[in-house]
Amino acid sequence: MNSNLSSEQVDKKKLRKVIAASSVGTLIEWYDFYIFGSLSVVIATKFFPSDNPTAAFLSTLATFAAGFVVRPFGALFFGRLGDLIGRKYTFMVTLLIMGFSTFAIGLIPGYETIGFIAPLLVLILRLLQGLALGGEYGGAATYVAEHSEPGKRGYRTAWIQTTASLGLFISLLVILATKKSMSAEAFANFGWRIPFLISIVMVGISYFIRKNMDESPMFEKAKAAGEIVANPLKESFGKKLNFKFVLLALFGATMGQGVVWYTGQFYALSFLQKVANIEFEQSNYIIAASLAGGTGFFIFFGWLSDKIGRKVVMLTGMLLAICTYRPIYQAMYETADVSLKTEVAGSKVIKTDYFMIPKSVDLKKTVKTEFSYTDGSTLTLEESSLTTIFPGKNPQKPEVKRIVHVGTSSFWYLILLVFIQVLYVTMVYGPIAAFLVEMFPTAIRYTSMSLPYHIGNGIFGGLLPAVATYLAAKASTANEVAVAAGQAIPYDKPYLEGLWYPIIIGGVCFVIGLLYVNGKDKEIND
Amino acid sequence: MNAIRQIFGIVWILLGLAAGYFLVFEQSLKLFEKGGMDNIVPAIIYTFILAPLLTGGMCIFGVYALQNEYKRVD
Repeated sequence: MNSNLSSEQVDKKKLRKVIAASSVGTLIEWYDFYIFGSLSVVIATKFFPSDNPTAAFLSTLATFAAGFVVRPFGALFFGRLGDLIGRKYTFMVTLLIMGFSTFAIGLIPGYETIGFIAPLLVLILRLLQGLALGGEYGGAATYVAEHSEPGKRGYRTAWIQTTASLGLFISLLVILATKKSMSAEAFANFGWRIPFLISIVMVGISYFIRKNMDESPMFEKAKAAGEIVANPLKESFGKKLNFKFVLLALFGATMGQGVVWYTGQFYALSFLQKVANIEFEQSNYIIAASLAGGTGFFIFFGWLSDKIGRKVVMLTGMLLAICTYRPIYQAMYETADVSLKTEVAGSKVIKTDYFMIPKSVDLKKTVKTEFSYTDGSTLTLEESSLTTIFPGKNPQKPEVKRIVHVGTSSFWYLILLVFIQVLYVTMVYGPIAAFLVEMFPTAIRYTSMSLPYHIGNGIFGGLLPAVATYLAAKASTANEVAVAAGQAIPYDKPYLEGLWYPIIIGGVCFVIGLLYVNGKDKEIND
Repeated sequence: MNAIRQIFGIVWILLGLAAGYFLVFEQSLKLFEKGGMDNIVPAIIYTFILAPLLTGGMCIFGVYALQNEYKRVD
């Protein structure tokens, strides 16, 4: 069957509607998915025992990973459904599941109110989010690609590719706007729920837009011709002819694309906040500005892949990323490192605050020491200690937080450094929907392309923050042990150790892609 | 070029096995022994997710490459 569409057959107006409806829905799903990640620090304090902040943070990362680990299962479940009953109905179901789960997270009482049921419910809803996302992307990409004319598939599907970054961008904007509109206490108490709750409105709108769309023409033709396979899973993964391409898609493209994606967006944010100690708001502005500047390049590289091939665009982005990550992160670290800046003489300001913790006999003392630097940067050392008003009880050990606010020139330099990483993301990610769609036949396309995409992104990419944080923490601990033993430190720059994960995974993927991926295949014919 | 693709099949099999060995024996077991949530979480991830995926997937991929299954790609 030649199910390819000629340029004449494609109704441009209808095509724009298809792209818009698919992209808006996918954008909302990404938004829903990312607000959890962007608010992970707040969520850790609300839903996980706060005795040990590191444990609470790791618990959140674990939940985050759980959200990613189930994505391939969502890809299998909904992919099969999409190949059996159609693309349109399947990605409407995923949209509704995602909307319900996100809204429900915003309603769950905290750990202090309902105990362990709270994190359990969060985990379950997070798993549902992961399942829904696993089904959404493949459906949207397949749906748009199957409507597109030959020679423009990279350009058309690139609109779907922008949604992941835009979803993250909008999630950051909504969080920042919510924070700006209320006090820090109000945000910590209930304000963090607002980004979750407003999702239900967006999902509702998207549902009604998608409801009026037609099924994919290729799927309709395949169905009319009786070419729908009874068992897409068996067909995709049980037959060597298809399974070898599933493996190639994973190890030669999506695995590397996943780690580049997560390094450029999530690890960059985590690094700015936790390693460079840049304040929450400023670090989010840096990421948001970089994403805003870089998002248009998804379309450009999607278009370019129609002209010069998907392989060359994706592999160039991957190679640039693995070669430059260490110098880029080194520069990010040094830009925020106040020990390399000149302190303004006599700028030291000390402020001390006391307040009673509600419903307790504890008194919280906060000492803020602020230093100013000639480039406009400031460093705040915030030392908080909790003590009881009853004598005889030992006060707790004080906690010291370092908060850096970088000056204007450093701020723009950091935006540039993150923007370069976003550019790499657009190179590897812009053409990948078209690349995956062109690898598999209509009857098993949804299933076959969804699995490698979600293993590459969900597992190899999604685990990046946890693995990279662990590697960096391990290096720091080894240094501390060496210092205590009076030996030379084993890691010169422990904060860069986490980057070995994306560099190695990306490197292997680059070699496999270079050797085995066919750079000339742009056919969608079965 | 097809001969290079074929020979590299051995590399992928060895890499898959090495990754599995490193993740399970060099990382996970030591982390399980140490205990504590911050060690057990990555140990579980390495043992039950990354290791099977990398080892199983890479070995099958390597076998297919050795069988010259990817020669037709070009």
